[in-house]
Amino acid sequence: MEDTPKSAWDGFEGPTQEDVNYCIRCGLCLSVCPTYKDSLRETESPRGRVVLVAKAIEGELDLTKNFKDHMYRCLDCLACNDICPVGITPADLCLEARYAIHQATPIPRLKPILFRGIFPRTGLLEALTKPVALYDRTGLRKVVNAVQATSILPSQLRDMERMLPHKLPLRGTRHQLPDVVVAKGERRAHVAYFLGCVQGVMMAEGCKATVEVLAENGCDVVTPSSVKCCGMPMVGYGFKDEARNVARYNIDLLLELNVDAIVTDCATCGSALKEYPHWLADDPDYAERAKQFAAKVRDISEFLAEIGIRPPEGKVDARVTYHDPCHLCRAQGVREQPREMLRAAGVELVEMEGADTCCGSAGTQLITHYHTSVGVLESKMDNVAGTEAEMIASGCPGCQMQLSLGVKRRGLEAQVVHPSQLLAQAYRNSERD
Amino acid sequence: MIEQSILKELQSIVGKKQVLTEPEDLVAYSYDGTFAERRPDAIVRPDSTEQVSEVIKVAFRQEIPVIPRGMASGLAAASIPLVGGMVLDTCRLNRILEIDEVNFIATAQAGVITQTLADTVAKKGLFYPPDPSSIKQSTLGGNAACNAGGPRCLKYGVTSDYVMGMTVVLADGRVLKTGGKAIKNVTGYNLTQLFVGSEGTLGVITELILKLVPLPKAARTAKAIFPELTDASLCVNNILSAGITPATIELMDETTIATIEEAMHLGLPLDVEAILIIEADGMDEGSVLKEIEEIAGICRATGASDVEVARTEAERAVLWSARRSISPSLARRAPNKLGEDISVPRSAIPDAVAAIKEISRKHDIPIAIFGHAGDGNLHPNILFDKSDPVQLDKMKKAASDIFDVSVRLGGTLSGEHGVGSLKLAFLEKDIGPISIDVMSGIKATLDPKGILNPGKVVPGGLPAGNELFSW
Repeated sequence: MEDTPKSAWDGFEGPTQEDVNYCIRCGLCLSVCPTYKDSLRETESPRGRVVLVAKAIEGELDLTKNFKDHMYRCLDCLACNDICPVGITPADLCLEARYAIHQATPIPRLKPILFRGIFPRTGLLEALTKPVALYDRTGLRKVVNAVQATSILPSQLRDMERMLPHKLPLRGTRHQLPDVVVAKGERRAHVAYFLGCVQGVMMAEGCKATVEVLAENGCDVVTPSSVKCCGMPMVGYGFKDEARNVARYNIDLLLELNVDAIVTDCATCGSALKEYPHWLADDPDYAERAKQFAAKVRDISEFLAEIGIRPPEGKVDARVTYHDPCHLCRAQGVREQPREMLRAAGVELVEMEGADTCCGSAGTQLITHYHTSVGVLESKMDNVAGTEAEMIASGCPGCQMQLSLGVKRRGLEAQVVHPSQLLAQAYRNSERD
Repeated sequence: MIEQSILKELQSIVGKKQVLTEPEDLVAYSYDGTFAERRPDAIVRPDSTEQVSEVIKVAFRQEIPVIPRGMASGLAAASIPLVGGMVLDTCRLNRILEIDEVNFIATAQAGVITQTLADTVAKKGLFYPPDPSSIKQSTLGGNAACNAGGPRCLKYGVTSDYVMGMTVVLADGRVLKTGGKAIKNVTGYNLTQLFVGSEGTLGVITELILKLVPLPKAARTAKAIFPELTDASLCVNNILSAGITPATIELMDETTIATIEEAMHLGLPLDVEAILIIEADGMDEGSVLKEIEEIAGICRATGASDVEVARTEAERAVLWSARRSISPSLARRAPNKLGEDISVPRSAIPDAVAAIKEISRKHDIPIAIFGHAGDGNLHPNILFDKSDPVQLDKMKKAASDIFDVSVRLGGTLSGEHGVGSLKLAFLEKDIGPISIDVMSGIKATLDPKGILNPGKVVPGGLPAGNELFSW
């Protein structure tokens, strides 16, 4: 008998033959993949990754540094999942492969600390980012900029620095937002606002605007400051068990509140929270609760569209283009609702070409795969620049940071905002008149 | 294996990062749109004609096989490296060089994606008609090298009808320019058309001069349901005999209909033998509408039980979604499929379909039939699992029988996919020994060392035992 070679993740949970078997190798996914378009290299394409995974399962490829890198280079923008005519999900396969890699091979030290120690404790994440906030608040950044000290840094560090929002809150958003905000006018719903990590740390204005918009639309808003990370960063790095732990925690915390809806203004958090039933499908204690939980989760734009936006009396006079976050348009099928928010705010909405193409952020790609991330960003910015918009709206902190970087790299004037900010501004403008 | 010093030399031509040799890369460049796979020794990614020329000079000197490759969506295993060597990836040659709006001509590099060219010229009111199903994931160079077709060929012709000239790097690295912008050109042999369909065995296409036509301003689509397949076939002839040339006439047989319906639940009838999807296009809405109504009338008069004309763009999209869902629906029925593309005189379609159904019964293996009925190009798709030796054997026998049928009915092995390595064993049966002798002579003249895509189109050229598999 001939020995069948063992799968590269033999004995561990990971992608199986069944997941890859029906790929007909037509290559249609190449036409939508941002990493393929940037590199024009089959190895950086969804079809390439599917075949790499297949060959690892067949035992023909080992989990080398290169193999891992190809799995991690995927931006998880989900465009390939969407277009595959057969129903293969290459983006999901990459995440599954990362989980398999994580189990089957030893891992660098830093990541476990990040995902087991820091991300689950959002308060700690805020504390850790304080030095950055101080650097910002003290005006040190101005000094550094004035002497162009940043220009001597390698381009990547310079871009990471440029990515930071202009004003970081000294106090984390979770300490600034009241625990409860009371509805304005007739009360229409009781909602919980899920304060995401990056959103809370980097995008305080957006968070405040979302709560404000909810209140303006007749919602009592409770913001539990003890929520943990949604779990997506852990899934992204193959830490599935850690992700399941935070999911259980968040389900317990938020179901307890007995709210009508759990609203998030972060595309990635929203897509993760809605996936909890998948993550916990095999957990007898949580499978059902996860479904109850997910049924309540709404992106802010989705929720407003369902209850109907109260038309603001004021408006925002600006030319705005909208970037579809991958985790909102494809992961959640929310495309029209954020645009409705912008129209309600009275802005002039100009569509860019390829509004739903990935911006290259994918959370941490600027750090882990700098050239790919920036390459993808640059083609996005070509389309943004074509609209001559004064503002770019997008409901995802990762996208917002990446687009801010794009704006700076191009020397554009455009401001990057969350759709909530524009709608909130429209309500504020009506009060002023 | 390619020696380190040679890899270094190649790197010095195309840049260090553009020579790939990691196992992951070799795997990623080992397949195409078929079930075939075999790894190269290296992938070389030039971005200009000059670089291609320099790379090929090295390959010629060292006698290293060169396998030109676009986006590898081909369906004949024409870009699979059979004996190692280097895959010459043309995807970085992706610039549209000129759109000549006066002469209706586009000049573009070989790696430009076909859809990209079509979109770009459409913005100027011009039309590049060749529409292989892989239009979004195939390149102009690959389309020309395999002479790709598509549904619209009925009215507009195949890729070769649009290639007016090209730049080709020959086996020794010399750069040949053929044809040009002149519509009439009989100066010398028609070398342009020699390279169209040569599947990378005679030279590497790096640039193309392509004919464009005015962009149609209107299109209407109809779906006609036929209880009897012979009626559907007769209907195709009746439409064309009435002096109407629709842009497309697409046929699906009962197996195909059942497969789509099972997967997509589109509400297709399961008790009929054929559905035709017909599209008319033209320069004004009125005449196109008149034409599609006329077509609908002919369908009804020729035995169609139901004809539905799409009134809106959305309805049109629904009709085409049925057509486009064929391949994927089939894919879910078996891990592998062999998509053949025999081409017969259109009057022979009923006989061909009947014979293929008999083959399916005889070998007890599912075969779905669909294709471009207007031009007689059929796609019998054999569904199988290559990991099962019994099924693999049945697939081989069925494929061989299908080729026999096509030749017997006055048709040919391949209408639009090409010979590649998949159909090579059947070539002589179709075109005969004299054709093969002439082809071998041409091959020997243009590629004396046999380095260009060995084992494709022309028999010979492979050391024994290197065939993709034995039929």
